[in-house]
Amino acid sequence: MRYLPLTEADRSDMLAVIGAPSVDSLFRDVPESVRLAGPVDLPPHQGELEVERALTAMAAENVAAGSVPFFLGAGAYRHHVPASVDHLIQRGEFLTSYTPYQPEVSQGTLQYLFEFQSQVALITGMDVANASMYDGATSCAEAALMARRVTKRPNVVLSGGLHPHYGETTETLLKFLDSKIDAMPADIEGTEDIVSRIGADTACVIVQYPDLFGRVRDLQPVADACHDAGALLVVAMTEIVALGALRSPGEMGADIVAAEGRSLGNPLNFGGPYVGLFACSDRHVRQMPGRLAGETVDVDGKRGWVLTLSTREQHIRREKATSNICTNSGLCALAFTIHMSLLGEDGFRRLAALNHVKAVQLANRFAAAGIEVLNQTFFNEMTVRLSGPAAPEVDRLAAEGVLAGVPVSRLLPNDDRARDLLLVAVTETATEDDMDRLVAALTETV
Amino acid sequence: MDGKMTETGTYTGNRGLRIEEPLIFEQDAPGRSGVDLPDPPPVQNRLGGLDRTGAIGLPGLSEPQVVRHYTRLSQKNYAIDSGFYPLGSCTMKHNPRLNEKLARLPGFADLHPLQPEATVQGALRLIDTLAHWIKTLTGMPAVAMSPAAGAHGELCGLMTSRAALEARGDARKRVLVPDSAHGTNPATAAICGYAVEAIPLNAHGRVDLAALKSALDGDVAAFMLTNPNTCGLFEDEILEQAQAVHDAGAFFYCDGANFNAIMGRVLPGDLGIDCMHLNLHKTFSTPHGGGGPGSGPVVLSDALASYAPLPWVVHGENGFRLVEHKGDAAAPADPYGRMKAFHGQMGMFVRALAYMMSHGSDGLRQASSDAVLNANYLLARLSDVLSAAYDGPCMHEVLFDDHFLKGTDVTTLDFAKAMIDEGFHPMTMYFPLVAHGALLMEPTETESRESLDQFVDALRHLAARAKSGDAEAFHAAPIHAPRRRLDETAAARHPVLRWRPEKILDEAAE
Amino acid sequence: MSYLKYSEEHEWILLEGDVVTVGISDFAQQQLGDVVFVELPTVGRRVEQFGDAAVVESVKAASEVFAPVSGQIVEVNEALEGDPELVNRSPTGDGWFMKIRLGDPEELEGLMDEAEYADFVASQG
Repeated sequence: MRYLPLTEADRSDMLAVIGAPSVDSLFRDVPESVRLAGPVDLPPHQGELEVERALTAMAAENVAAGSVPFFLGAGAYRHHVPASVDHLIQRGEFLTSYTPYQPEVSQGTLQYLFEFQSQVALITGMDVANASMYDGATSCAEAALMARRVTKRPNVVLSGGLHPHYGETTETLLKFLDSKIDAMPADIEGTEDIVSRIGADTACVIVQYPDLFGRVRDLQPVADACHDAGALLVVAMTEIVALGALRSPGEMGADIVAAEGRSLGNPLNFGGPYVGLFACSDRHVRQMPGRLAGETVDVDGKRGWVLTLSTREQHIRREKATSNICTNSGLCALAFTIHMSLLGEDGFRRLAALNHVKAVQLANRFAAAGIEVLNQTFFNEMTVRLSGPAAPEVDRLAAEGVLAGVPVSRLLPNDDRARDLLLVAVTETATEDDMDRLVAALTETV
Repeated sequence: MDGKMTETGTYTGNRGLRIEEPLIFEQDAPGRSGVDLPDPPPVQNRLGGLDRTGAIGLPGLSEPQVVRHYTRLSQKNYAIDSGFYPLGSCTMKHNPRLNEKLARLPGFADLHPLQPEATVQGALRLIDTLAHWIKTLTGMPAVAMSPAAGAHGELCGLMTSRAALEARGDARKRVLVPDSAHGTNPATAAICGYAVEAIPLNAHGRVDLAALKSALDGDVAAFMLTNPNTCGLFEDEILEQAQAVHDAGAFFYCDGANFNAIMGRVLPGDLGIDCMHLNLHKTFSTPHGGGGPGSGPVVLSDALASYAPLPWVVHGENGFRLVEHKGDAAAPADPYGRMKAFHGQMGMFVRALAYMMSHGSDGLRQASSDAVLNANYLLARLSDVLSAAYDGPCMHEVLFDDHFLKGTDVTTLDFAKAMIDEGFHPMTMYFPLVAHGALLMEPTETESRESLDQFVDALRHLAARAKSGDAEAFHAAPIHAPRRRLDETAAARHPVLRWRPEKILDEAAE
Repeated sequence: MSYLKYSEEHEWILLEGDVVTVGISDFAQQQLGDVVFVELPTVGRRVEQFGDAAVVESVKAASEVFAPVSGQIVEVNEALEGDPELVNRSPTGDGWFMKIRLGDPEELEGLMDEAEYADFVASQG
């Protein structure tokens, strides 16, 4: 078998050195009644060709986003990733390296994590960022846990503009802790009054920016209200490219930013692996979950990096740890960092501008075609109201070769108000032709 | 550069292929970029007056510079591709490139998680197929695929257990873990609202059954065990442990980090396990990526299956379907919630399935056999010069303590740093806590005999040097790595966690 | 009159009037290694004898510091925030942690004097 270097001669020689009659004898601590006599009932080994054939057939059953006009968002946005990124992350020294616990031989990983942390802090306008979480939703949930620790208060208010998956993940993580979650109804009209829900027991308010429906609003008043009441403001983000065009959460008084970073460097991947960003103020850094790369020097006085503030983490603090998280999203964070390095200040702003321009152009076309857009404001995603249920229309359009967007009912199946609503996202990858086809398809629908 | 010769004797401080590479922020030139994006046409923007004003502070580099920068960084890293990692409980096996090729097929990589189900039947089929392989290999009836990593899977297992207990009206208060448990176990228990109680090990390195039985009462929600355990030994009384746990009305969680030892030889389902997470990035070869991403699916017994978190894949009338909401779940399903956005680590699913299909049933059994053989070979060839913590045979990993270094003034840490100079990544150190100055080595099945012999010979040499009084050399190690020992104290006392431009620092100082 | 006592968890107390100053012993700081951070209780908090009061962190470990006596925290050593090394340099002087207003003087009976503590440390091996 191609991944197994031992030969039969090796095995018998090694058994002789060990002084054991057989490999089976090495398993003598396994109770006899549970020892399997032979391989389990699964297919036998296959060469690359066969495996490739089988999985390629499965892949061929799917409609790849890039093969059709594509307008899905709702938490995952399709962007063009420069070719260099995927080549660099596949270098064996990145792909197959371990967590940098031995810093002397892991400076590559530690340096890029430091660069990643710096980039995330800069774009979010916060003091410090960690070395990544699993995804934006778990980042958001961990932010709620952190706010509870910092404020020593139990409860959380969730905006009706927060992605339902983020809200559900947060509720799940807090489920068995003494915490009341005030999940506001879906903010379809954009009129929610979240400030009125802040109480003396509120650890944090979690809002999304831009929100689920694509809207952008000034969060400073919410931040001020939170701080007046002794609570923290957590800003969740599902589309990090927005920060190339919009005021950062840090500039608006956010205490924690919990974001999805996958838009840069990483493909859509049918939901995973993604990369959670987590950033906060300096004064809360010791309450932050996740790994942190920090700068230091070696015995020769040369600058280098190490994992630091580890006493927050599970392998030392155990039940008092800030989180149980062990793995981060390493390679996905590297892809983000490389993409961001290629973009630079200029490229990142330009990318964001292109996204917004396309969205404005699409909104104008919708208006001209008499298709109702709910949003006054948006970055690259908007909510469209159809004349009937959106979900069957999306299915019908998919069969005709257009992936028109995400019906809100997919995320909010029990909210009647959501039935006719469609989330439409447009990025720099959409062409004029794509937009024409979408408008034409939806015009029929309306 | 001031033209001074550095200690390396070179002008640049570089040593041949080993380049001193600054941060990207130190290579900034305004206006420079590594992408070519068109000018955005002017439009009336709809940003609600929240336009970003002021610079972000990101550096500008061209593509050649970015490629060179990250290439140079990669050259400072140790990796499986370049050398042996004898890290206990990490299973640093070869990461096949077929996995990478297949994960990158557009039909997998370029799929949005919320596309209409009719357009992603192949992806749902893949998840379903992988779930079948996992259930068959573990002998368990159900699997929750969404957890993103091992610790996340652990959380899933414990949450499912608590949900099942609450459904009975009996949430209980404590979770039992062995003394030798990994730190994630108590951290996870705390998030589930449980207190943790440690159970001691017996003289043979296994959980003390009598101690376990006396700790089990109506307040215990679950017992969390790693098997094979963190000492590299199979818990030979596991059937009795399971019986005792179930008799007390509690659930038996198994940390599957060490599944590589028993894959294809033992079914965890036969051991009385109620839930077990697998680490696809350990046992099933998906790459560690310098710290992630991982994937931690959790197999569940009949007693727990109905509480599994959303979402999951089912066979519908017209093909595969995703159940994403409680309302869609057919009775008796009563999911406790959702673990993350979307469905799980699909990219790792593709890789793991490619690996499993490549090995096949016979190959997976052979892999665990070779893993155990390799570990016992290390034990046999090192036990006279290192101090094994327990008598053999061991499973896929072998535990030593620092007794062999007594009187040498060389610690486990010093020994490990000397290994770096010999070209090896150190083994796991100081874990589990039950062995003083622990050295935990897991060779995996993808190390050749030649590789193991070279490793053993190097360690024998180092042990002899330590015993002959060469402590100074060990204290100075490593001397050949890109960096020597780093000041972790300073890093923790005065944390510098991001780059800051000098200008800002100077202004702040004024 | 002031006097010095020690707990089995290697905390020392210096009683002056009804306020005890608390820190960790020289033995304890040696065992910990370089102290990188100290988490101090908030002033005004009530503590119980041998209950959690503070946390002292080195690079690789975090150790609980227990209250040797019950009472109320009246002052904490803010100098430790910027200079945690004080604990290593001057564990029984400038590296003090907190001051507790003593609730029950009888609790002092349960603590060791200097000679007893020296024997205790020697027996730790």
